[in-house]
Amino acid sequence: MKAIVWTGRNSVEVQNVPDPAMLNARDAIVRVTSTAICGSDLHLVDGYIPTVKKGDILGHEFMGEVVEVGPGVRNLRPGDRVVVPFPIACGACFACEAELYSLCENSNPNAGMAEKLMGHSPAGIFGYSHMLGGYPGGQAEYVRVPFADVGPIKIEDDLPDDKVLFLSDIFPTGFMGAEMCDIKPGQTIAIWGAGPVGQLAAASAFLLGADRVIVIDRFPYRLKRAQRTGAEVLDYEEVNVLDALRDMTGGRGPDACIDAVGMEAHHPTPAMYAYDRGKQAARLETERPYALREAIMACRNGGVVSVIGVYGGFIDKFPMGTVMNRSLTLRAGQCHVQRYMRPLLDRIRAGEIDPSFVISHRMPLSEAPRGFELFKNKQDDCNKVVLMT
Amino acid sequence: MTDRFARALGWTSLALGTAQLAAPRAVTRLCGVDDAPGAKTITRLVGGRELLHGALLLGGKTPAQWTWTRMAGDAMDLGLLGKAAAARTGFRRRRALFAFGAVAGIAALDATCAGLRTRKARSPLQVRASITINKPRAEVYRFWRDLENLPTFMTHLESVRTLGGGRSRWRAKGPVVDLEWEAEIIDERAGDLIAWRSVPGRGVRNAGLVSFTDGPAGRGTVVDVSLEYGMRGRKLAAAVARMLGEHPEQQVRDDLRRFKQVMETGEVVRSEGSPEGHRALRQLHQHPAQPIGARA
Repeated sequence: MKAIVWTGRNSVEVQNVPDPAMLNARDAIVRVTSTAICGSDLHLVDGYIPTVKKGDILGHEFMGEVVEVGPGVRNLRPGDRVVVPFPIACGACFACEAELYSLCENSNPNAGMAEKLMGHSPAGIFGYSHMLGGYPGGQAEYVRVPFADVGPIKIEDDLPDDKVLFLSDIFPTGFMGAEMCDIKPGQTIAIWGAGPVGQLAAASAFLLGADRVIVIDRFPYRLKRAQRTGAEVLDYEEVNVLDALRDMTGGRGPDACIDAVGMEAHHPTPAMYAYDRGKQAARLETERPYALREAIMACRNGGVVSVIGVYGGFIDKFPMGTVMNRSLTLRAGQCHVQRYMRPLLDRIRAGEIDPSFVISHRMPLSEAPRGFELFKNKQDDCNKVVLMT
Repeated sequence: MTDRFARALGWTSLALGTAQLAAPRAVTRLCGVDDAPGAKTITRLVGGRELLHGALLLGGKTPAQWTWTRMAGDAMDLGLLGKAAAARTGFRRRRALFAFGAVAGIAALDATCAGLRTRKARSPLQVRASITINKPRAEVYRFWRDLENLPTFMTHLESVRTLGGGRSRWRAKGPVVDLEWEAEIIDERAGDLIAWRSVPGRGVRNAGLVSFTDGPAGRGTVVDVSLEYGMRGRKLAAAVARMLGEHPEQQVRDDLRRFKQVMETGEVVRSEGSPEGHRALRQLHQHPAQPIGARA
């Protein structure tokens, strides 16, 4: 089968690889119909997530048709149309019972590796490094889906792929980012990053009752898309974000701040950017946490900072004094997608939201390397690439 | 304790080395060898060596194992000072002898530390690990108590055959030949604990205790395992573990992770990167995350 394979820093290729085979009784094989490139895939491609190996198949946002199920899968049958959540979860452990699916205690066969870096291991994730399981990803014609009786959600009506594909990751991720803000009527939510996750977080914040949403980025085409959700926008290369947010919120700051940027943020001041960029290149820190630092500084006293941007390791100059003295609540996590799929599918079906508004490019799977180029370099106003097989 | 002792010696090395490098002249005078050509150079070299000792003793997690490097250094210093004392008279000879005495005293401390370390190394190897399993205690206990189930999650075991009367025959994959031993259950409290040991005189000496307690607020079962390998068993266990690229402690932890998976999900969870499931060696040499194809 054809698959998108990581072949080194900044290099992905379409390769022919063996078809997947069953490894566990609760596996299913899914023929992928649509898959997408995620912003977090760029962290892998750029080489900032440890334990990615040459030959790894990328991709964790995908849906398709079940072609084979193992003897332990009773709720799916060949021919079923499913969206697959990106975290792999067993459904039976302490974490899964608490609906913390991205922390499943059983789905990472390489938990020992993750423990060394993070203390304890989170769940395995499709196509997201060996530390997180060594599972082949969904940017391929076929994927083995472990614990297929727990994760995948059946799409039984004729909703097109475009509308439901993002239930696999970015819609629940954006939604959880907003949910972690504990939004109350009248509140203002600021979101760093106007990529697809930031846009969906903005839309979700409104769904959850936010009064105002302010999205911060530097690419006009992304800010324009964010504006379509009803959000106000700030270009951090044009204005001082802290001052602007203060002005917009009566001097108090946003009630909650969402970091939808993660480890490869940018800074408008070259010297500041060079400082963390240099340290990251020298592997003295793994992140460039400008967005997170700013979100913490901007948040109102006693507010919530919700982190859904991906981080991999260690941060320098973390404003802990601000978090502590101003009673901020820091919440974070890889999305517990399984928890949100059903309710968000219902919202899509009810017409409350159509997450396909983020899509800017559609192309065949075989053109994925071009898709990565466009997405990474923000060419052609690239916002979200969907690959079709 | 031994390690704290060794660290104190490391600080001595550091202080001495710094003095020898920073003020070699003063040191040569103190040892009565300031008349010899090249004494300053030798002092500096010895100082460098001391800094190396200091780094080894202060930098490592188990510094005691490096004490022997200091003993080698002591022998060298005693030789040099002895020669210096023999070739000199008067106050220089007295100073050299005094330095000789001081180094001899330090050497005695080093020897004590190294001795303590050796005695510790000869004690049995003990390994502990624990995990929480989201299943009732009785069920978890029952699965383990049927010793023939153990190889499903202890991958280094080929088979366990129960012989009746609490005895069982264990077979493990060895690097060259398979290892076999007989074990007997020496204590057993239904639902609480199982303790076993190898039957004396037959192969690998080892003993183990696994206990089962209710998790906090009655959520699941906490499984604690401790294993002990006797002197021969220790060497064998370590050798086997190393051949498999694993530390015995890691092996037990991986075993428990697989045990949890078997209890909670029905089987050992595999990925294309780790087709055998949890295994320390496999985590160092991952298969790429793509289907394995015919090689599976």
